[in-house]
Amino acid sequence: MTHSQHASPGTRQMSAGTQHASLVTHHSSLPPYPDLMGHFGPYGGRYVAETLMPALLDLEEAYQRIGKQELFEQELQELLQHYAGRPTPLFHARRLSAKVGGASLYLKREDLAHTGAHKINNTLGQALLARWMGKQKIIAETGAGQHGVATATVAALFGMECRVFMGTEDIQRQAANVQRMQLLGAEVVPVASGTGTLKDAMSEAIRYWVGAVRDTFYVIGSVAGPHPYPMMVRNFQRIIGDEARGQMLDDVGRLPDMLVACVGGGSNAMGLFYPFLEDDVEIVGVEAAGLGVATGKHAATLGAGSIGVLHGSKSYVLQDGDGQIQEAHSISAGLDYPGVGPEHAHLKDCGRVRYEAIDDHQALAAFQELCALEGIIPALESSHAVAQALLEASQRPSSYIILISLSGRGDKDLGIVSAHLTGTGLKS
Amino acid sequence: MNRIARVFDEMRRKGEKALVGFVTAGDPTVEVSMDIVKAMCEAGLDILELGVPFSDPTADGPVIQRSSGRALKAGASLTTVLEMARELRHTTQIPIVLFSYYNPILAYGVDRFYTAAREADVDGLLVVDLPPEESAEMTSAWTGNELALIRLVAPTTPPERMASIAEKASGFLYLVSMTGVTGSAGLNLDEVSGVVGSLRTRARGIPICVGFGISTPDQVRAVGSLADGAVVGSAFERLIEEHLHDPALALRMGEAVRSLKAATLI
Repeated sequence: MTHSQHASPGTRQMSAGTQHASLVTHHSSLPPYPDLMGHFGPYGGRYVAETLMPALLDLEEAYQRIGKQELFEQELQELLQHYAGRPTPLFHARRLSAKVGGASLYLKREDLAHTGAHKINNTLGQALLARWMGKQKIIAETGAGQHGVATATVAALFGMECRVFMGTEDIQRQAANVQRMQLLGAEVVPVASGTGTLKDAMSEAIRYWVGAVRDTFYVIGSVAGPHPYPMMVRNFQRIIGDEARGQMLDDVGRLPDMLVACVGGGSNAMGLFYPFLEDDVEIVGVEAAGLGVATGKHAATLGAGSIGVLHGSKSYVLQDGDGQIQEAHSISAGLDYPGVGPEHAHLKDCGRVRYEAIDDHQALAAFQELCALEGIIPALESSHAVAQALLEASQRPSSYIILISLSGRGDKDLGIVSAHLTGTGLKS
Repeated sequence: MNRIARVFDEMRRKGEKALVGFVTAGDPTVEVSMDIVKAMCEAGLDILELGVPFSDPTADGPVIQRSSGRALKAGASLTTVLEMARELRHTTQIPIVLFSYYNPILAYGVDRFYTAAREADVDGLLVVDLPPEESAEMTSAWTGNELALIRLVAPTTPPERMASIAEKASGFLYLVSMTGVTGSAGLNLDEVSGVVGSLRTRARGIPICVGFGISTPDQVRAVGSLADGAVVGSAFERLIEEHLHDPALALRMGEAVRSLKAATLI
């Protein structure tokens, strides 16, 4: 099977602003992936209990069959345009570029999508698929709460029953998103096991799904989990890159020289990167270095992790020598995850994407810069990408263009940001 | 004949069903866990499943999650579990099956694990999150086939898939009694009966043991009337949890085994 066959559900065109959207799906230096078993090179696959295997096989079959249908694509396009507000703008951050005195910085404004992050692209796709499959109940895991909100939102839109699993630690630090989910009619299930963060929320969602698999659709929020999720979520998210590619060609007349996106599980990054993989574009993924990779308190899974199996797929994970999963740490709840999508692991090994890490302080500083210079309050997750882009930009000429995925807005982070700024003397 | 086959042979001859007991190795401590397991074997357990503790047991309910947490806190690991198995072999010929998630085995090294498991005289391995689709990467690295890879069948498994699972199976088939994690309530014997019947016609004579949600002698008896064995796990772990500091814990575990084993005699 060819790569393009797998990718075909994602090759749809947006109605406006993306006439140049990429149809290419195979990079000459990359072998076709995923294969029929969902493997990206040695990564990916389906490492789940037998109870879930038939559901994953059904889901894959339904996705391949329904996702290709014109009516499904039309329905999804309609929703993405009129409900989610796509296409999202491409914005030239002139003042930020001038301040850094190097490359020109452009922002793909996913923060302006409905619910304030790129997550809605995927939840609309999956919930629509659930509806076509006749499933009325959906569940999701959430870290920062953005995926939970995006899932609760589409559940309300489609009149579905929705349960969102969220770690107790994250419930504390992302209280506003908990309220949003509840207002939208979702049940937020607190998960106290483990570290009470995204990892544990996902474990608990999987456990719940094992018991409810016959009538419940699990809406996974990242390019993680068992096959077909990494492929399917990437295809629902590639609209970010398809749009951005067309917008660059329309507005600037050429492709960017570099892409930068933050990587937790890695869905906004995969969405932006995927349509550019064949282009002569440097690609940088940014993980969270937390308190510093050397301190051990970080979420730099690709940078400092090793190969393992977590939550249904093989990829890089943070683990000890006995294969026990380690706690991740980041100021950003959405990056606070000890795993990463298998496609990223593959792209790292192939050398197609360079992965870097930005610590809590650097992310906060970039957060402040973007607020002060452009009037945009970014999510702490996206601030990691901005921080890396600032580092890259300072070493490059003004003719060099860096496109940043501004994956979400930062309203949800105001509490944690102000606590850090007053508590750590970072205030400029 | 290996130990697992010998047990089922003996059960058939004596008109009994096998009692398979699961405990997380190293819970609450490695020392106490050894005492518990020895007491369970002496009390007439037919097959021992030693659980390898894992930080993220996604197929387990709260009871086994907590037991896994206690064992990890006590310093248990796959290495410890293999040492426990090796030591147990000095005193018992019971079939020992290691019950693990894949990541601890992957981290240990799949080929190194095979050698170590054979050296420890372990009889079988069940990897809960390694379906047939992914298991070749492990077994192809094994240097022999003396370790039975116990395969899982679930109530959601369609008949054709049952047949293909049974084709690769060795030791026994582990039928999950319900759609749910370990320790769930709501064992539905009618449903189990239907699934066992369906699996039986495709099992090529491989023994079928039913697990998940089985905790009482009545349930063991009922399941025993349908299948070749019953697996009890969370009920043992609950007993451990309720008597963590009780010096008579091992004795209590032995008693629990005796009362459950009595229910397997037809």
